[in-house]
Amino acid sequence: MATQTTVVGGRVAKPRAAASLWADAWSRLRKNRLAILGLILVILLLLAGAFGPIIAPYPYQVQDLVAVRANHNQPIGPFVGPHALGTDQLGRDLLSRLLDGARISVTVAFVVQAVILTIGVPVGAIAGWFGGRIDNLLMRITDVIYAFPDLLFIILLSVAFRETAFGQALDGLLLVFVAIGLVSWVTVARLVRGQLLALKETEFVEAARAIGVSDRKIVTRHLLPNGIGPIIVAVTLGIPGAILAESTLAYIGIGVQPPRASWGTLIYEGQKFIRAQPHLTLFPAICIAIALISFTFLGDGLRDALDPKLKGKQ
Amino acid sequence: MTGTDTPTIIEVSPDDARRVQTPADAASQGRKADKLLKVSGLSTHFFTPDGVVQAVDDVSFDLGYGETLGLVGESGCGKSVTALSIARLVPNPPGRIVSGEIVFDGIDILKLDSDEMRHLRGKEIGFIFQDPLTSLNPTLTIGYQIAESIRQHMGLSQKAAADRVTELLSKVGIPRARDRLKDYPHQFSGGMRQRVMIAIALSCDPKLILADEPTTALDVTIQAQILELIQRLSDEFHTAVLLITHDLGIAAGMCDRVNVMYAGRIVETGTVDELFEKPQMPYAWGLLDSLPRLDDVRGDRLRTIEGLPPLLISPPDACRFEPRCRFSRDICRQDEPELTARGETRHQARCWATQPDGWIRS
Repeated sequence: MATQTTVVGGRVAKPRAAASLWADAWSRLRKNRLAILGLILVILLLLAGAFGPIIAPYPYQVQDLVAVRANHNQPIGPFVGPHALGTDQLGRDLLSRLLDGARISVTVAFVVQAVILTIGVPVGAIAGWFGGRIDNLLMRITDVIYAFPDLLFIILLSVAFRETAFGQALDGLLLVFVAIGLVSWVTVARLVRGQLLALKETEFVEAARAIGVSDRKIVTRHLLPNGIGPIIVAVTLGIPGAILAESTLAYIGIGVQPPRASWGTLIYEGQKFIRAQPHLTLFPAICIAIALISFTFLGDGLRDALDPKLKGKQ
Repeated sequence: MTGTDTPTIIEVSPDDARRVQTPADAASQGRKADKLLKVSGLSTHFFTPDGVVQAVDDVSFDLGYGETLGLVGESGCGKSVTALSIARLVPNPPGRIVSGEIVFDGIDILKLDSDEMRHLRGKEIGFIFQDPLTSLNPTLTIGYQIAESIRQHMGLSQKAAADRVTELLSKVGIPRARDRLKDYPHQFSGGMRQRVMIAIALSCDPKLILADEPTTALDVTIQAQILELIQRLSDEFHTAVLLITHDLGIAAGMCDRVNVMYAGRIVETGTVDELFEKPQMPYAWGLLDSLPRLDDVRGDRLRTIEGLPPLLISPPDACRFEPRCRFSRDICRQDEPELTARGETRHQARCWATQPDGWIRS
């Protein structure tokens, strides 16, 4: 063996490093400029969410009453004085409030997706793997939930639980997370089911069975990693939806409790001054738009990068 | 009947390998029965909307320790389903083993629960599939996939498992084995992947390997290498092989005994010599006749067996090959022949015409 190694090693150039699926996908993603732009913006958003309160010029709830009074009790405009993006009519710094809103949006983005994955992946996996009656039962349940008007369900849930401890937890955000998650997992469940239905017929599954691998391990080690590409894409593309849903809820007054404000709340509060002080509406709207676009760009790029049909093409 | 096996066994010489082993080795191989595998009256049916497909119908055969048994026949004759039944991997639904007994190493495996069966698969019974390109998981490394079986059944440490995987990979002829553990299947060629499949099948020193057309997806030169590898390693590990193939040339080169299957039934069984020298069933003649020969005239068409195999939904009580048989008589349409002895050996065939009182003397 040793001699064989040297002979072969001497003749053949050093092989390229083991290129896993992920390395391949990353090399394709890197070539997609929009996706990289999206990725950078997403990272910035994450940083803003993580370190926002530290870099914010003021705490989000502190009122600069002196400045507001000097401004005839009107919101202060942007780009003048110490408040970079101005203040609302109570003298609270808009930039600081936007940064706090970023934290809320990022939390929504990820916690909701976590809820979706914890419900959707097991439901889809069980339905797809076992098939038959279990599949039928689970898929009818998802159909029912899919047919529900999402927003109405979320509003009902939020209103019903608003006064309970559950509704008050995390400044009222927990309720929103759970409500959005509960109506959104069906897409992922269907996706995972479809993936498993196709994958469980493949020969490597039969081969795994033939060496005595347990069902649970076949699903977790063999099937899900093969189906994870579309799941990642669905999650990335689902994040804007969740952010938007949270903003919508905030706009109609459901969700995070004052004095905290999500971007949706800021738009709602700002629209009273939309003629005189449009920046109060404009800046949070821009934030939402950038967040949505960056996740969408990244999601599209990931979809292309993880698409097995593009494998080999660069 | 007794003693008739001996010529074949000497010929392929697993017996010699047995002799050089110490008694302790033989004991550790733990023989629990006189035959490694006894299949009797096995029927596997598929329950489809169109009716019950009797894919395997009353099949009986046995396989000695270290022996290589061929299962030949054309597509759809029940070869693969027989192998899947032995590993209890028949997809259910729609398939089900409806009757019969499969005794493996003294254990009636049809009575095992699914957990016990899982411990047998991979450990005692290895499986080599037809298509190495799709039988390996593209998202897992080769090392992981070989080690999976070892970890599952042998409870080795990570380090010990890695060593064993490296050893197996070099055994099946993959150079720089240790460097390649972290590679993914797409970095291996088809022949290399089949070598990996063989390494997986052998990883836990199984007593039996079910090789389901192991070379069909490979080109001819690789085919020869892979077959040679299977033969060498099955001798070395003293593993019995059930070799499924539609290629009679492969069967002749590899097997001790051969079962010819047709339409879910065994229609002829015997040693390679018996089968190739004195086939006793028109179907076997047809198969042999359809092999290309060196003395064929250039430009001539290859010979075929006219017609198609019958549908296996409620087959009639008649010889199943009769519609395609040039020698058939009334009795062939009226009654199905039994598998009966031809001569003094274990050579058996299912044919009215070649029975001692039949109308063909070969």
